[in-house]
Amino acid sequence: MTSTAPALSAAFRGQVGSFTLDVAFEAPLAGVTALFGASGCGKTTILRCIAGLHRLPGRLAVGGQTWQEDGTGLFLPPYRRRVGYVFQEASLFPHLTVRGNLVYGARRAGPAGGQPVIALDQVIGLLGLEHLLDRAPGKLSGGERQRVAVGRALLAQPRLLLMDEPLSALDRQTKEEILTYFEALNKELAIPILYVSHDIGEVTRLADRLVVLSKGGKVAEGPLGTILERLDLRPVTGRFEAGVVLTAQVAAQDPAFNLTRLDHFGQAIVIPQVDAAPGTPIRLRVRARDVALATTRPEGLSIRNVLEGTVAEVREEEGTAFAELLIDIGGGRLRARLTRHAVAELALTPGVPVYALIKSISFDRRSMA
Amino acid sequence: MLETGIVWAEIWPPIRLTLELAAVTTVTLLIIGTPIAWWLARSQARWKEAVAAVVALPLVLPPTVLGFYLLVALGPDGPGGWIAGLWGERSLAFTFEGLVIGSVFYSMPFVVQPIRNAFEAFGDRPLEVAATLHATPWDAFWSVAVPLARPGFLTGAVLGFAHTVGEFGVVLMIGGSIPGETKVLSVAIYDFVETLQWTEAHILAGGMLAFAFIVISAMMILEKRIARPRP
Repeated sequence: MTSTAPALSAAFRGQVGSFTLDVAFEAPLAGVTALFGASGCGKTTILRCIAGLHRLPGRLAVGGQTWQEDGTGLFLPPYRRRVGYVFQEASLFPHLTVRGNLVYGARRAGPAGGQPVIALDQVIGLLGLEHLLDRAPGKLSGGERQRVAVGRALLAQPRLLLMDEPLSALDRQTKEEILTYFEALNKELAIPILYVSHDIGEVTRLADRLVVLSKGGKVAEGPLGTILERLDLRPVTGRFEAGVVLTAQVAAQDPAFNLTRLDHFGQAIVIPQVDAAPGTPIRLRVRARDVALATTRPEGLSIRNVLEGTVAEVREEEGTAFAELLIDIGGGRLRARLTRHAVAELALTPGVPVYALIKSISFDRRSMA
Repeated sequence: MLETGIVWAEIWPPIRLTLELAAVTTVTLLIIGTPIAWWLARSQARWKEAVAAVVALPLVLPPTVLGFYLLVALGPDGPGGWIAGLWGERSLAFTFEGLVIGSVFYSMPFVVQPIRNAFEAFGDRPLEVAATLHATPWDAFWSVAVPLARPGFLTGAVLGFAHTVGEFGVVLMIGGSIPGETKVLSVAIYDFVETLQWTEAHILAGGMLAFAFIVISAMMILEKRIARPRP
C-alpha cells in the first residue's frame, strides 16, 4: 500500500508496425477516460500494453501498484493484472454456455482485495442477460454477445475495465442500445473504464476525460469539455462531428408541446421532452456544424435555441472555405463552423457579441436521476 | 469357400496384437504429439518449420527406409540396444516395444498435423481472453485450447490409430513376424498369401476393408457433429 491517490499512470515507447508509439498519460481510477484518435494511431496497442497482452518498453502503475517497470524488469503477466478487457469482437468461448463464459473469470479472480465484489446476479440484471444464460454463444446476436463479453470482464473483478471499440462491429441501433447499458454500468458499479474509440459521438456520450492520440503520440489530454472546446484539435477530433458538451439543468416541462426547458447559466435551452425532475443536470452535445451565428437577434425564426454570447476565438482553415469559432455563452462555450466569407462579412473577431443559433442538440440520459 | 478348417488360432493373435499396438501408439502419440503440435502452432522460432518437416518426413519417406534406420537405432549397437540393456535384453528390434517406437515415428504426422491445425485455427484471441480472465497459461491450455481443438484431437487420434493398424513396411523391417509378439495384421495377411491360405487372407483383408470404411465414416459424422458455429 502506498499513499498515492489511486490512478493509472502509463508511459510506453516502442516500435509498433510501421510507426513509433510514444505516449505517457495519467487517468483517474474513476469515471470513463477515452483514448480517442483515428484508426491506426496506436490506441489499441496502448490498451493491450496495459492489459499485459503486448509488451513495449515503458512503465505502468495502477492504483499505487506497479505492473511494469523496465528498470527492475518487472512485468506482471496478464493473468495477474486486475483488468477486464472487452475486445472489439465479443470473443466469447464457443465451447461454453453464456453462464460458463460469465463465471470463467469470476472463478479465477481470487480475493477481491478490499474491493466490493461484483456479483453474478448484479451483472446479469444490469446487462439484461437472464434469458441468455443457458444459450451457446453462437446463438446470440451481436449486441447480446457484446453484453455477455462485458459481463464476463466485469465478473473477473477488475480494478479497471478496458474497452477496445466494443461497439464498432455493431449496427447503429444495437450500438444505441448497448450504450444505454454502458451508462447504467458506469453509474451502478463505479468501475473506472478506459475506453478506446475513434467515434467522437460515442466518446462525448460516455467519457469524462479524453486522451487524444495521433500517429502514435499524445496530442492532448484533459476533461471532455475542455478538449472539445479546443479548436486546434480539429484535425484530430474530426470536422463533421466536432462539437462541445454543455451541462444544463431541467427548469420546467412543457407538456402541451412535449418539450423540456433547461437552464444554462441563465439562458434557456429547449429540447424534446425528457422525463426528469427540475434541477436534474442534462448533458447536451452541440456540433459545430449545427451552430449558426447572427450579430443581431433574428426575428421570425423556427430555431428555438438562440443563445447570447461573444466570440472568443476564430480559427480560419487555410485553403478551405471554412472557419471555426469558439463562442463564450457565459459558463460554457459553443463551437460554430462557418464559411470564412461569413466571418469576414459579419466582421467576427474576438469580443464581438453574437447570437448563436442552435439547429440541433443531442443529449444523453446518463446524468439523469 | 469356408468349408475346410479355418485356422482361427492364426487369425486372432494378429488382430489382438494390432489393436493393442494401435491403441498404445495412439495414446503415446497424443501424449507426446500434443506438446509438439502446440509448439509448432504457437512458437515464433524460425527453425520450427524444420522441426515440422522432420515430423512430416514419414509422409514421403518409403517405409522401408524409415524401418531401416529404426532397425539400426533399435538394434544392439544403437540407442535402442542400450536401453534394452537396462533390463538385460540385447535389442529393441523384433519386440513389441520396438514396434510401438516405430509406429510412433511412422504415425506421428497423422496425429500432430490435425492437432496443430486445430490449435492454429482459433488464433491468439481465446488465449488472450483467458489471460485477461486470470487463467494462467497452463489453465488456459486445458480450459480453452484443448476444448477448442477437440475436432483436431479426434481426427488425429482416429488417423493415428488407423494408420498404425495399416502399417506394413516399417513393421516388417523392425518387427519381423514373430507370432503373438510382432506379427500384426498386415504382415499376417502377407504370410497367409505366401502360404496360400487364401481364406484366412480374405477374412483379414475383408475385415480391414470394413474397418477402414467404418473409421472414415464415423470420423466424418463426428466431425460434422462437433463443428459448431463460432462467434
